[in-house]
Amino acid sequence: MNALLEVKGLHVDIPLEAGVLHAVRNVDIAVERGKTLALVGESGCGKSLSVLSIMDLLPSKAAWTADSIFFDGQNLEQVTAGQMADIRGSKIAMIFQEPMTSLNPCYTIGNQLEEALLRHKSVSRQAAQDRAVFLLEKVGITAATSRLKQYPHQLSGGLRQRVMIAMGLMCDPPLIIADEPTTALDVTIQAQILALLASIQEEFDMGMILITHDLGVVARIADTVNIMYCGQVVESGEANDLFETPLHPYTQGLLRCIPIPGKTNPGSHLGSIPGMVPTPIGDQTGCVFQNRCDYVFAGCMTTAVEQTAVASGRTYRCLLSPEKCKKNIKQA
Amino acid sequence: MTTALLQTEDVTKVYKISTGIFKGKQSLTAANGINLDVNEGEVMGLVGESGCGKSTVAKIILGLEKATSGNVIFAGAPIAGMDRQEMSRRIQPIFQDPYSSLNPRKSIEAIVSLPYRVHKVGDKRAMQVRVAEILETVGLPARMRYSYPNQLSGGQRQRVAIARALMMSPELVICDEPTSALDVSVQSQILNLLLDLQEQQGLTYLVITHNLCVVEHIATRVAVMYLGRIVEEAETKALFANPRHPYTHALLASVLTPEPQLGLPETHLGIAYPNPIDPPSGCTFHPRCPQATDVCKQARPETRVEAGHLVECHHPH
Repeated sequence: MNALLEVKGLHVDIPLEAGVLHAVRNVDIAVERGKTLALVGESGCGKSLSVLSIMDLLPSKAAWTADSIFFDGQNLEQVTAGQMADIRGSKIAMIFQEPMTSLNPCYTIGNQLEEALLRHKSVSRQAAQDRAVFLLEKVGITAATSRLKQYPHQLSGGLRQRVMIAMGLMCDPPLIIADEPTTALDVTIQAQILALLASIQEEFDMGMILITHDLGVVARIADTVNIMYCGQVVESGEANDLFETPLHPYTQGLLRCIPIPGKTNPGSHLGSIPGMVPTPIGDQTGCVFQNRCDYVFAGCMTTAVEQTAVASGRTYRCLLSPEKCKKNIKQA
Repeated sequence: MTTALLQTEDVTKVYKISTGIFKGKQSLTAANGINLDVNEGEVMGLVGESGCGKSTVAKIILGLEKATSGNVIFAGAPIAGMDRQEMSRRIQPIFQDPYSSLNPRKSIEAIVSLPYRVHKVGDKRAMQVRVAEILETVGLPARMRYSYPNQLSGGQRQRVAIARALMMSPELVICDEPTSALDVSVQSQILNLLLDLQEQQGLTYLVITHNLCVVEHIATRVAVMYLGRIVEEAETKALFANPRHPYTHALLASVLTPEPQLGLPETHLGIAYPNPIDPPSGCTFHPRCPQATDVCKQARPETRVEAGHLVECHHPH
């Protein structure tokens, strides 16, 4: 099947006084219509910058390059700034992390919702308002018509996040990017917002990129997963398979860190990943995970580790053979 | 039975909130008759959604807020009559965000040694020895005493916050969301550290969090708060195995564990968290409760205790 968005060999570099910071290195991203791709990783691993470069919204100092980047058959490398502005919001929408700061406090909800549609499509104000009411109801907000006149500070966090989602859907985009959509929310609301995103995605047949650091969220909602570490994708594959048999030592370590009610023994020591993420400034020799890996050997220091495919769509970035990696899960 | 180190007796906190220039003030009941017993050497988990009053309870215990009514009794004596310095030596907090709880202009040594200087315990030499000791206890290299917070990672900062809290060997440590600002791999390190310290030094923790996985892992007892009331309290095992309040049910169902075959849970909770200025009649949970009946709308449920399992519901499981 043809991917909706296909990015190959994405690099993001930020020149600093201390040297060039390679925030994203050789990342491949592919999303199909109606499917969810999750980008997972700890803070600073480059997951947000990857999607910002797709949207061409990087900070002015940062520069991105890619071997190829195709969205809906269109080469995004060749579009002008004006064309990109047409794509943003209407073809690719983004839901940002903080509903508290990403809404403008000076405009009403209605104003902000209608803006996207009025900018991209030639519709009347009334039609835009109808669409806004329709979507607010869709995302589970009651008394939608009266909400249009409210300002963001009059809404709770959960409601604001719903408004953000509705705003993303205004132009019926084929691709939606959600950057930590539920991090700022309570657990009970989180489950509802995720269920809402999943049902809307199915209904409108959208592709979705979900950025998060919460493996629990990923496991429940994603179809495919990219695990990122220090600017690289260290493991990718179908969600079920990846959580069943994680290959990369980093993924295995992450899964051991999480206490699971009923599975981990309360009060016992949780697994942890010792050490710290290496600085992404300058060139790396060898594996990025070498300083924190339990199974490190001499080859890891010198050999550049390539992405290896085990099956179609299932890759990992480690010098150990898949069989050895699988054995490591059992030992732990 | 072990003795209760901390007891709160019907602690209530009412804030007066301004609603507009001509409208006068309305009252918001943040904590409504909280009875909490924390035994020595216990880890008590306090869970609930944002706005349920769990941080207010922590502030009252720390003496940062005065309760409108009710008493907090610490080691047999009411804290209202206790000396502030004395209290701050025995009860210490660890806050949520290590990025804002450390002064960026002070070195780690200055931050960690502040309690020592406030209490005027010893001379400079003794202080330096103690700082070195406590940094080692929390797993930070000794050279870090000269660093500043901006040179440290999130996990290291949280270790500094823990070191500061433990400087005067307190009896009770109040951890307000100790790991929610941290990455998962760091979260597990901090949880391991908290558990180790509790074992070594016989500490008592009150852990306030919304992360039920964390609570299940480290707490021995759990209290669930909803709109200023404790609606259920039990031993951790009993609570997770047999939750009796429908709200606890919903909370437990919303926990997302990395098990892809399970899919997304359906909590049956409406979206709207009620306005605490104008709380619902009867049982405050009834507008969101899937099992609510007419009784729930009219009468406030009584607190029932069966075999150490407290629940406040008309129709418990």
